[in-house]
This record gives sequence, C-alpha cells and structure tokens, in this order.
Amino acid sequence: MAKFTAKPNELSKIDYTPPKTHWLETPVEIREHMFCHAAKPKDLETVGFPYGREWRPNDEDWKLPENWKTIIFEGMRSLLKKYRSFQVFMDICVRCGACADKCHFFLGSGDPKNMPVLRAELLRSVYRGNFTLAGKILKKLAGARKLTANVLKEWWYYFYQCTECRRCSVFCPYGIDQAEITMMGRELTNMLGLQIGWIAGPVANCYMKGNHLGLEPHTITSSMEFFLDDIETITGIKIEPTFNRKGAEILFVTPSGDLFANPGTYTAMGYLMLFHELGLDYTWSTYASEGGNFGFFTTNDMAKRLNSKIYAEAKRLGVKWILGGECGHMWRVVHQYMDTWNGPADFLEEPVSPITGTRFDNARATKMVHIAEFTADLIKNSKLKFDLSRNDHLNVTFHDSCNTSRGMGLLEEPRYVLKSVCNNFYEMPEDTIREKTFCCGSGAGLNASENMELRMRGGFPRANAAKYVHEKYGVNMCAAVCAIDRVALSTSFEYWVPGVAVCGLHELVGNALVMTGEKERTQDLRLEPLPGKEVAE
Amino acid sequence: MRLSDILSKNKSALLDMWFEVMLKAYPADTAVFMRDQKKQFANPVGYTMSSELEKILSGLIANAEINSFTPHLENIIKIRAVQGLTPSQALSFVFLLKDIIRGQIKGDMSVNEHELKEIESRIDSLALTAFDLFMNCREKIYELKANEARNMTFRLLQKAKLVCEVED
Repeated sequence: MAKFTAKPNELSKIDYTPPKTHWLETPVEIREHMFCHAAKPKDLETVGFPYGREWRPNDEDWKLPENWKTIIFEGMRSLLKKYRSFQVFMDICVRCGACADKCHFFLGSGDPKNMPVLRAELLRSVYRGNFTLAGKILKKLAGARKLTANVLKEWWYYFYQCTECRRCSVFCPYGIDQAEITMMGRELTNMLGLQIGWIAGPVANCYMKGNHLGLEPHTITSSMEFFLDDIETITGIKIEPTFNRKGAEILFVTPSGDLFANPGTYTAMGYLMLFHELGLDYTWSTYASEGGNFGFFTTNDMAKRLNSKIYAEAKRLGVKWILGGECGHMWRVVHQYMDTWNGPADFLEEPVSPITGTRFDNARATKMVHIAEFTADLIKNSKLKFDLSRNDHLNVTFHDSCNTSRGMGLLEEPRYVLKSVCNNFYEMPEDTIREKTFCCGSGAGLNASENMELRMRGGFPRANAAKYVHEKYGVNMCAAVCAIDRVALSTSFEYWVPGVAVCGLHELVGNALVMTGEKERTQDLRLEPLPGKEVAE
Repeated sequence: MRLSDILSKNKSALLDMWFEVMLKAYPADTAVFMRDQKKQFANPVGYTMSSELEKILSGLIANAEINSFTPHLENIIKIRAVQGLTPSQALSFVFLLKDIIRGQIKGDMSVNEHELKEIESRIDSLALTAFDLFMNCREKIYELKANEARNMTFRLLQKAKLVCEVED
C-alpha cells in the first residue's frame, strides 16, 4: 500500500524527481501489485522443474541454491550454443532506440527498464561481462556488469513484465526478437526454481490432465452441457457433440478457457452451433483439451512436451486433420514450433474443408487449420446464412491478438468474418492494429490478479485506442481471437473504458448464424434480448 | 488587467509549466519522450496528460463549472493511480498549479487579490475532486482483483458440482 509521505505544508518542498543514477547502479525495487506469486513447489516437481521451494518475491532472501551463479553461467553457455538467435541477439543490438517506445509496458509505466532495449540489456550486460573479451577487459566501459543476487532479481522482475508480444521486434531494424530474449531470461531463472504460480500451476495441470485448468473428462462434458442447454433455449435446437470419437474426420482443439471463462464460453457456443449447422464430422477430445501452452512461457522443452499431446491424440483417434479454435499463443506455437518439435505429422492428411473442398495448403506442414480461416472460407463459398440484424445492438471493433497477427499473419480472415456477420464494424487507429497491434497487457502468463497494477499499465495503450473508437463511433464490443485477450481485455476495459465489452469472433458468428430448424430467436448467446425483441417489464 | 485575461494570454506558457510538473514524476529519458512525442497513440500517457491539462486549465480560466472538469481529471488520475506513485506524488500537480500561477503573475501589481483567491479556491475544489477520483481508481483496482478471483472460484465450484444456483 502506498504511504502518504508529506504533511500539507511540506508539499511544495518535495522533490518528486526520481534519482538520476545510471540504470546499472539503480537497484531494482520489487513492488507489490507488479509481480505474480511464486510457484508452488509441487507444481514444479510434477513436471521435473528444479529447486521447487517456498519463497516470496518481495523477501530479501530468495533461498537460492548455493551454486546459483554456476547454474546461471552454465545455463547461459548452453543456451547460447543451442540457440543461434540468442547469440546473435546478444551481439548485434546497436542501441538505436527504435524499439524503446514501442512496448506497451514502457508506454503505460514510463519505467525505462520496460524499454525493450534496456530489458534486453539487463541480460546483455551479464553476457558481456562473462562471455566477451571486450566486456571482461573494459568492464563497465563496454556495458558489462557482474552477476549479483540483485541483478538476478532485476532479471526476474522485468522478464515477468514482458508479454512476449513482439511489437518491438516489428520496429527493430535488425529484427531482434525481444520475446526470445525474455524466453531465455525465463529459461535461466527457471533453472533456479524462480517460476511464477500463474504459469507453473497451469503447466502442471496440463501435463497431468490435458488442460490448464485441470478439468477432468467428466467435468469437460458437464461443462459443455451448460452450453448445450443455453443453445437449446436460444435456438430450440438440441446439439449432441461427440468426445474422443475414433474415426472422426476432424479433431477440434481449443483453449480450455473457452470452456470455463466468460466471455470465452459464448465463443465455445458459437463453435458448437457452427459445426452442428455444417453437420461436420468432428470430435472434441477430453485429453488434448488445451490449445494453449503455458509451457511456452517456461522452457522450450516444456512447451514441446505439452504440445505433443495434440498429435498423439490425433493419431489415437485416427482423424484426418486438426481444426484449432480461437487462441493467441497456441497459434504461435502451432505455426512456428509444432512441426519442428513434434512433426512431421505424416499420419494426417493435408486439410481439406469437407464443406467447400478448399485445400488449406498453408497448413500442409502442421495439418492444423485456424477456425477463422475455416469460417472465412465457408462464407466466401456462400455456405452459411446470416441474419446480421441480430448483431445490430453491437458496434464492433477488432483487437488483433499479438500472436495471431505478428506470429502467423492472420489479419484479413477475422475481419472478413466480422464484416460478414455484423453491420457495424469500426477499426481502431492504424498504428494500433494488425502487425502493430498493442498487447492486451496480460499475455505470456501474466494474467494473474495479484499483478493487476502491472496489467493495467500494460493494457493502457490498447484500451486508449479502444476508448477512441468508443467515443468516436460508439463502439461497445471488441472482438478478439484469443482466450487470454477475452479475459484480460474485459478487466482492462472495465478500468480504462467502461462501456466496451469483449467477445470472441465465433460468438458473433453464432449470434448471426441462421440454423436449419431453429425457432425465432429472441436472445443472443449471452441470453440477452436481441434488438427489437426486448420484452417490456 | 483581469486575472483571467492574464492567464488567457499566458495559457501556453502556464500549460508547459504545468505539464513539466507532471513529468517530474518520471525518469529523465521518459520525460523527454512524453514531452516530445505528440502522437496520440504513440505516446498515450503524455498525450492524455497534456491534452486533459489543457482542457482543465481552459475551464479554470473560463470559470467553468468545477464538475465539468471531472472527466478530464479522471483520465489523468486513472493513469497516475496505476503507476506506483504515492497519493501525494500522483496528485501534487493539482496543488502546484497555484505556484505556477503565482509565479506567472509575480510583480504584476494589477492583479486583483480577490480574483486570485477565487481561482485558488477553485483549484482547491479540483484537488478535493482529485482525491475522490484517486480513491475510486484504487478501489476499482482492488475490486477487479477480487472479482477475477471470485468469478474463477465460483465457476470451479460450479463445475465440480459443489455449488448450484436456484433454477427459475
């Protein structure tokens, strides 16, 4: 809790200017509301992560293993050898500053250590001091410094103030990917058991149960019952999806947040309605029941282990290809890592839409298609009927999720779908969308509640753009194709721009979709009255 | 000359000084960026602070209703309330406007003392509103935290069939 520091008559005498010390000499201050709680030892032990122990980030003593410096140096040497990109990113930055003002955390906080260049420099300074000749000889003159417990704390504090959104890398003339530097920083601190609970818990759950929330098969199916009942209330249609069905043509994988967290649950209802209307031969899996991958926020190896279940389940069920739901980092993993880690998926077929015959040759390697691509193709081929008026109470904007926009170039398909299912669509300002989109402020495992102040700072640039379209066009709904976005933006907007709600793309598809045999609809997927169908109290 | 005329004439200089007071809460490099980058979406904090200060100052000079300042003040305080500042650091800018105004009219014998007291009293009212807004923001942060935790717990209990709601 902030303390009031001045008596009224002393107010004008206070110097509010922060200390003018060089960043190397400004020790880190671990502040409440800015960090996530430490991981529980049992969660680390479950997946074999080392040094699980009880510790608190704002304690002086982090109970580090005695040889912690050796562990870090050996780890760093090993990572430099293993990942050429890491070695290059440590060496080539010329500190031009192009990235400095592109980070949402810097923009929202004003903390210079949130400038991507400086955040990377936290690691580079130690790299120089221990792995380069110039750094060893010239020391501070070459921007080198020693590894101390305080430096380690600074790494931890700031590498958990980066959402790996990669906006800064869009502007870097050398293409330095700050997300990869953060990943290395997290790999290193992970070697000492310095993991956060919000990541370690879901990782352990996913490893043991197949999804981040630890939902067991019967819980997943009963959760789905809620949606099916609501869909029947809205449309009069009883949908009967299948689970773990061998021989289905398609395996559908989505983040477990869609089954659990509002407003993602309405998106899940949209999927169910769409697939039913198409008569799609598909199945859900209660084992590969997580598209997201929080292992991606720990180590490369852990991400690979968690990802492997998707192909394993596809093989077990004998499906032809995989359809993936609305998720952010899931798609960066699928698009950029999955084939290398766990491919080749040569037991699957190149995805072909059974409805339109379209061959998704962009998914030739992974055999996994994004649902926005799938639905856009259906619309392009006039396979769906929509009543756009059902979304007329909404003035919609679209938030490009960092990973789908910058990580896989999914820019047009969601917009095409949105414009096909609602009449009122408005873009946020140019510098805040598409490849230059601002992060929700809570990605990469930072959507805990205890770090709310950090999330609000990081969420401000995005919310500021949403506020602009809210005031200019009356935008009251922001669609996003990411489960974390849907939760994080809901909270962020409640603070920064009340009056703008958040939804998934397929919630709006589900609203507008005209289904065969449906009754006259009076409610949207949130069971709220459709425009013109309000019943007088 | 009436005080409002003097302030009107010097509005731009007053505004610059007032904005500088805000920037003092940030490290030097950040302050330069927040001052120099004028684009609304490239520098959301700097832009919001400077444009809202301008509206508040214009309103004060034009003797506008104090309540009309609330949305502008709120846009600034929402930012300051999540930036790790103490309440005194976050809100001092309101009080320091008095110093800035007095500095600007220093030595000007034509200023009517009553008018000065009047505007200072309005700045005090602004400060009281700022306290309310700051507290609202901090309470909102805690409410958001509590709501997220509560929603998650409730849904988990519901899924585990440990709780249920009374049906209609």
